[in-house]
Amino acid sequence: MSRFSKDSGKKETPAISTASLPDIIFMLLFFFMVVTVMRETNPILKIKIPQATELSKIELKESVAYILIGTPTDVNTYGSAPRIQLNDSYAEVENVQFFIKKSYAEVPDAYKGIFTVSLKVDEEVTMGIVTDVKQELRKADALKINYAANRKVLEE
Amino acid sequence: MGRSKTKGAKEIDASSMADIAFLLLIFFLVTTTIDQDKGIIHKLPTWSEEPPPDDVRINDRELLEILVNANNQLLVEQDYVELEDLKDIVTKHLDNRGRLPQYSTSPQEAVISLKNDRGTNYGTYIEIQNSLKAGYSEVRNKYALALTGGSMNYKELDDCADNEDLDASKRNTCLGLKKKVQGEYPMKISEAEPVNLGGN
Repeated sequence: MSRFSKDSGKKETPAISTASLPDIIFMLLFFFMVVTVMRETNPILKIKIPQATELSKIELKESVAYILIGTPTDVNTYGSAPRIQLNDSYAEVENVQFFIKKSYAEVPDAYKGIFTVSLKVDEEVTMGIVTDVKQELRKADALKINYAANRKVLEE
Repeated sequence: MGRSKTKGAKEIDASSMADIAFLLLIFFLVTTTIDQDKGIIHKLPTWSEEPPPDDVRINDRELLEILVNANNQLLVEQDYVELEDLKDIVTKHLDNRGRLPQYSTSPQEAVISLKNDRGTNYGTYIEIQNSLKAGYSEVRNKYALALTGGSMNYKELDDCADNEDLDASKRNTCLGLKKKVQGEYPMKISEAEPVNLGGN
């Protein structure tokens, strides 16, 4: 017993090897690269999308056009009335049709049949603006839409 | 010079590798989002300039009329209803098969009509859409379970019909069953042209 403690006391405690640290970090990195996607649009609207249970997943991002509706983050400049965002800028209801036609033209031919318009709308917004956008979508003949929603966390 | 020769090639210092990896990791954390491309799929009716003809009236009994006003209050068949009870009403309406006089005679005939005000909250609207879809999936699940002897619900049938790992014969059976369930309970949700229902 005494010899044992003497032995260990003589030696310095070895430094913890950090050789595997890069590997761990790289693993984390690859994990995040796989499960996340690049942010496509700048957040110029405050959008809290609603929760629901009956969700479907959109498989192919190539066949989707996004329309965002919410209140501007910069309330002082743009006011607090709900606005539409197409790509990276504010838009009016009249711009929706052209945007949809343009997005549809950009979709690869193989996916044109499953072209979907995803509406990311803040849950506090009133239906007026949403209805206007839906009427525009009908005019543009983009009939398959998706109300973006998150999975509802069960209360019970 | 002589010293390095005797020692051989030096090992590359790898201690900064972790820092570089951390930097990359933080970059990806900031520029990316966890994908949330989920939602309620909905089909819009085709656009037509002229108003719909008035004489296409659905039998009042087959129609479940849902009205939502600007205060997010629900009126189902002239009755004030809480949002939580909507799903049960939908399933009752769909699976009534002529029992109660105010609901549908058969699931094939049943139509749900939704009318909302311009001032209705989008969150409420989505909850209603969700309840309608939930009602449909409940009756469809029940029917699918009955058809498959309790082994598969509608969602599993749907997954199985789309699953390309399974062999063709199994997939076709699933597809056939799925079509049968859809034929029994066709989803007919009609949304009226926007109007102002008042409420504030």
